[in-house]
Amino acid sequence: GSRRKVLLVHRNSKKTAHKINSSWWSGVEMGPPDAILGVTEAFKRDTNPKKMNLGVGAYRDDSGKPFVLPSVRKAEELILSQKLDKEYLPISGNAEFCKKAIGLALGDDHPALTDGLNVTVQGISGTGALRIGSTFLSKFFPGPKTVWLPAPTWGNHVPIFKHVNMDVQQYRYYDPNTCGFNFTGALEDIRKIPENSLIMLHACAHNPTGVDPKDEHWDELSKVIKERKLLPFFDMAYQGFASGDVAKDAYAVRKFLADGHKICLSQSFSKNMGLYGERAGAFSIICNDKDEAARVLSQVKILIRPLYSNPPLHGSRIVATILNTPELHSIWLNDVKGMADRIIAMRSKLKANLEKEGSVRNWAHITEQIGMFCFTGMTPQQVEKLTKEHSVYLTKDGRISVAGIASTNVDYLAHAMHQVTK
Amino acid sequence: MASSRFCEVQQAPPIEVFAVSKAFTDSTHEKKVNLSVGAYRTDEGKPWVLPVVRKVEQELAADNTLNHEYLPILGLEAFSTAAAKMLLGATHPAITGGRVTAVQTLSGTGGLRVAAEFLGRVLKYNTAYHSAPTWGNHNLIFKQAGFTNIAPYRYWDGGKRGLNFDGMIEDLSNAPENSVIILHACAHNPTGVDPTQEQWKKIADVMEKRKLFPLFDSAYQGFASGDLDNDAWAVRYFAERGFEMMGTQSFSKNFGLYNERIGNLMVVVKDTACIVPMKSQLTLLVRGSYSNPPCHGARIVSRVLNDPALFEEWKGCIRTMSGRIIEMRKGLRERLEKLGTPGTWDHITAQIGMFSFTGLTAAQAKHIADKYHIFLLSSGRINMCGITTGNIDHVAEAINDAVCNITN
Repeated sequence: GSRRKVLLVHRNSKKTAHKINSSWWSGVEMGPPDAILGVTEAFKRDTNPKKMNLGVGAYRDDSGKPFVLPSVRKAEELILSQKLDKEYLPISGNAEFCKKAIGLALGDDHPALTDGLNVTVQGISGTGALRIGSTFLSKFFPGPKTVWLPAPTWGNHVPIFKHVNMDVQQYRYYDPNTCGFNFTGALEDIRKIPENSLIMLHACAHNPTGVDPKDEHWDELSKVIKERKLLPFFDMAYQGFASGDVAKDAYAVRKFLADGHKICLSQSFSKNMGLYGERAGAFSIICNDKDEAARVLSQVKILIRPLYSNPPLHGSRIVATILNTPELHSIWLNDVKGMADRIIAMRSKLKANLEKEGSVRNWAHITEQIGMFCFTGMTPQQVEKLTKEHSVYLTKDGRISVAGIASTNVDYLAHAMHQVTK
Repeated sequence: MASSRFCEVQQAPPIEVFAVSKAFTDSTHEKKVNLSVGAYRTDEGKPWVLPVVRKVEQELAADNTLNHEYLPILGLEAFSTAAAKMLLGATHPAITGGRVTAVQTLSGTGGLRVAAEFLGRVLKYNTAYHSAPTWGNHNLIFKQAGFTNIAPYRYWDGGKRGLNFDGMIEDLSNAPENSVIILHACAHNPTGVDPTQEQWKKIADVMEKRKLFPLFDSAYQGFASGDLDNDAWAVRYFAERGFEMMGTQSFSKNFGLYNERIGNLMVVVKDTACIVPMKSQLTLLVRGSYSNPPCHGARIVSRVLNDPALFEEWKGCIRTMSGRIIEMRKGLRERLEKLGTPGTWDHITAQIGMFSFTGLTAAQAKHIADKYHIFLLSSGRINMCGITTGNIDHVAEAINDAVCNITN
């Protein structure tokens, strides 16, 4: 009767208590799934031969295959033949790489560089460079420990700052009505940002929208940001990859410097050199003078050491070799223009095909936007239909990776997009 | 010009090991010797890229099916699985029972940082213990990962130039529950002093009783004794005892892949159901730090560990490196005893791995640097790899001079 019940309850609670104490990990909750990974997983499971993966953020050639740049292959051969050692890099990384990377961004003979005003360290690609930046700023930035991000922005920007206990806020950026840049909204919001704050800007080929400010917009943004005394932190992950022209893609960065801003900059060579898995990136701060640069560098190194001691060499060596060898440098400029041109061609074809299908919607943004991604303007419901009925995989926000489109399937995509939006 | 935001940033103190290395590089003295840096050197005093590594790099370069695409966030699985098997042994019950998971990390440092972030931010542990002394970066890593209580446990006994075992046991006995205990799997850095198997058993007893969490730092497997299984004895024993634990692995020294940053974080759990949620949390930590790890080093190590012939070839390379170090230890001790250098010198051969805590004082170290241009750390730590048949007499002479003539 009741005595037996009591014994059972006692045994069960003992078992539970034992289970709680027996493992360290039982309290570990499941983390939220990665949205983009989910798209790829679902794509893999689909058996439709016409399926398209427009979720992935990596370049594909016209056969839908990963592309190893000819300049990279040549650089690798050269490096292999040199039989160099594998000794630890300094904490700040491969010095030649750092020099050429910031030189690519600003121009090799930029006065800030010849005057030694820059701190440039190698980072684990763009993410790692941003993380070095956020860690340094969380410790040493004298203004509010908040970063102002464009709405929307690359999803990973948020944890990169939150993990170092910084706050994140947003300023208007994307206008869903025009699928373009909300210039007025951005200026309004930026004018309200507290003075001496930190603002993040995508240098070119905004991720995820593909929407970039025009040069005149950048000129005005520079003025307002200066008026508010904000520190601009540029994320440049697509230099050369956006327009096919490395100088053009660096317009904003160079203009801000010319206007007197002392910027922070993160660079990635994942896309423009196809070095994704080699993790080649750089973080830079432009300082007031050489002495300040030396002090800042010493502190940055202290922050890198407990992260991973010193960075991986392989990718940085490839980048340095390419940028330092005139022949390889010009092959690379060709390679990156080739990638940019193919993407621009796919944008044109997609828009033209949508019009041929008889779509009456305004698709101008497809060719006005730039870089790997396109915010199509499709709703989550339309996206779901696109995936379910046509096996086209993309993220809920209507973002497509143009790099995933080939001349063999751009018609199919246009047809499918028209079906779900007409 | 407006005043700068960063004008208040102070110059950071230099990190000793890099400063000493720089002093060596800057020295123009003909007979200079670098006993400070933690990297292997041949008998010619040169860096050594393992022949098996060069061979594999050629193979990888010739393989046109390979590209530079992103690795998964948690790295190359074939690498992580093989590395975990190398540490625990492929037939270890924890492995065959599916209770081991592993993720690729940015060498040993990166593994320790991910481990510390997980233990601190996900499990909410705030206390960590490290040996006194320990690798300088241990403290910094745990501090940056948010641990508020970082304390030493006694380890080095300067008097007997060995392990202060009683002190270590006492300190561990007083550690609060859930403390993370950083243990060096073998070839303790910087002392070269490892516990015996009997001592490891007693350490395990205390840690079990006090519910302390073992975090093994394995940076020298194979490199210490020349035998992979020997050097993993402590890690395997703890896993067999049923501990839940973590082990970080570095392939910098035993593969000579210093600058490719290849490492592994291995976790042993009791309940296999924990593995999926744990990996999802590790994924978030990695994504916010560097997104995904570099592929080059992972490919090299994976190919070697997964190919029986290459694996044998690599084991030969490890025996070469550890063998040369053991020779230099013998030679240095013999010379010091022959010179009649005051004190006992058997610790030089009793210690194991790359480093030796000689017992030299900071003043003696300075004297050796100034007079002989032989550079070592102020703790008296020397890197045995810096000693060659060409300079061993010179080094012995310098030590003898310092011990005889420089007192505190």
